[in-house]
Amino acid sequence: MSLDQKTIKRIATLARLKLSDDRIEPMQQDLNRILHFIDQLSEVDTSQVTPMAGGSTLFMPMRKDVVTDGNCVEKVLENAPEVACNMFVVPKVVE
Amino acid sequence: MNSKNDLIRLTLAEAREGLRQKKFSSVELTQAYLEAMAHHRGMNAYILELPELALEMAKESDKRLAKGEGRALEGLPLAIKDIFCTEGVQTTAASHILEGFKPPYESTVTQKLKDAGAVFIGKANMDDSAMGSANITSYYGNVISPWKREDGKDLTPGGSSGGSAAAVAAGLAIAATGTDTGGSIRQPAAFTGTVGIKPTYGRCSRWGIIAFASSLDQAGPITRDVRDAALLLEEMAGYDPKDSTSSMYEVPSFEKVLNQGVKGLRVGIPKEYRLEGMGADIVNIWEKGAAWLKQAGAEIVDISLPHTKYSLPTYYVLAPAEASSNLARYDGVRYGLRVPGRTLDELYENTRSEGFGREVQRRVLIGTYVLSAGYYDAYYLKAQKVRTLIAQDFQLAFQKVDVILTPATPTAAFALDETPSDPVVMYLNDVLTVPVNLAGLPGMSVPAGFSKEGLPLGLQLIGPAFEESVLFRAGRVLEEAAGFTPFLERSKFHG
Repeated sequence: MSLDQKTIKRIATLARLKLSDDRIEPMQQDLNRILHFIDQLSEVDTSQVTPMAGGSTLFMPMRKDVVTDGNCVEKVLENAPEVACNMFVVPKVVE
Repeated sequence: MNSKNDLIRLTLAEAREGLRQKKFSSVELTQAYLEAMAHHRGMNAYILELPELALEMAKESDKRLAKGEGRALEGLPLAIKDIFCTEGVQTTAASHILEGFKPPYESTVTQKLKDAGAVFIGKANMDDSAMGSANITSYYGNVISPWKREDGKDLTPGGSSGGSAAAVAAGLAIAATGTDTGGSIRQPAAFTGTVGIKPTYGRCSRWGIIAFASSLDQAGPITRDVRDAALLLEEMAGYDPKDSTSSMYEVPSFEKVLNQGVKGLRVGIPKEYRLEGMGADIVNIWEKGAAWLKQAGAEIVDISLPHTKYSLPTYYVLAPAEASSNLARYDGVRYGLRVPGRTLDELYENTRSEGFGREVQRRVLIGTYVLSAGYYDAYYLKAQKVRTLIAQDFQLAFQKVDVILTPATPTAAFALDETPSDPVVMYLNDVLTVPVNLAGLPGMSVPAGFSKEGLPLGLQLIGPAFEESVLFRAGRVLEEAAGFTPFLERSKFHG
């Protein structure tokens, strides 16, 4: 599997990364090297195998569905680049 | 005795004893480290030094020690990898995107260390977002190992916990915390002649640790010897309701089992870890390690882990996939860097393109691709299935053996100007450590000897899930037999 430049641009958009034109070709080379390496996995017969979804096979504990946190607006906002009226400020999204 | 040079040569266990016997104070010990740290800034082991906080913590510890109320790590000065959120203290994971971020909360692991009385002397440098094996991707610059080859070139301390390992080796911290997603504790420990353990997945809480790949990340200690690793891990580990993947298994006293030896233990030697073209010095130290364990009463058993060669390709699907998802949170809106844009999408793109380093962007792109519509089954699901086979290899092996012995790294540390430009060649550094993360098992690196260039080499011990005790027992035997001379005892580094 090889990625063309159009696909690289599409993935970059999905990942919200801006790749300037001079970076697309080196990135294409790097990503194709990595994908070529990953392609080895197709040699393995996994037709009867269950995927391992987490880091352990232990059970997932349940907890009561109750509020355990909150009332900390200041803490939530204190690292924000721009704040107004207890809210995060972003460029206008609705015309 | 008690000159500053003597103080920074003590192990964690020795310093703990000295503090209890009031041979010196925590302020004296902390000051010795702060001075060493300031004197060796050229190593770039720290992103942030914390002299004021450290001395305040040390004074508090001295009060407790005076009253005979010292806790497990009372007054002992640690380096904290900059991936652990520390309340009110800048935490960046060595990434531009988190520059200036001061977490309003404390990670569970560092809170436990604080509760045990530890003193934090600085935030250790690392690879950007923990992605790297040479500590050359940090936004804050490379870390330089204190070790030197004959040609005098600057060497890598390994990565991603390179600042932690370099600081412990050079006497700029008595011990340090690290995190390990594919080898990021064990490889830098091996490169710097220190001990590093990645415990079983779930042993330490991941809450408040900046996430890279959540199903692989684990915290662990980097220390001067095996005993120190045991006593530090005991304090870091334990169930945390804030991390649903943390384990409820009781944390045993690792320090107590240290000297139980390996008599009767079956030690597995996996043939697949003997890599093509592996250096004679690495093979030799591996054989010596097996001989030392045998001499101490263990039985050596040849084993096979047949899916080993697929570990790295599996890892380079799963880790970037999880990373691309975890790193989606960095959007320039809620914390960290913001690079303005006319639209919200432009703000996201500008911020992320400027904030993430090159290696991080590569991995985010690979991760996004393998998770994208049409490729998910072929890559991501496929890798999850191969991961099952890799974990099963270990389960079968542990029916025959109690612990597995391998080299920790395929080579000794390389010079910073020798780092490969091909990312895949760079990834091969982790070939011996990655399978352990995929299987969720504990693994430890113990310094065992020297390469032909005179640089440290580590041996890796791998145990069954939640059997760290067996690693400490075998690690202690290797350490005693190897008689490894650490950096601080070899050099006149501190004059």
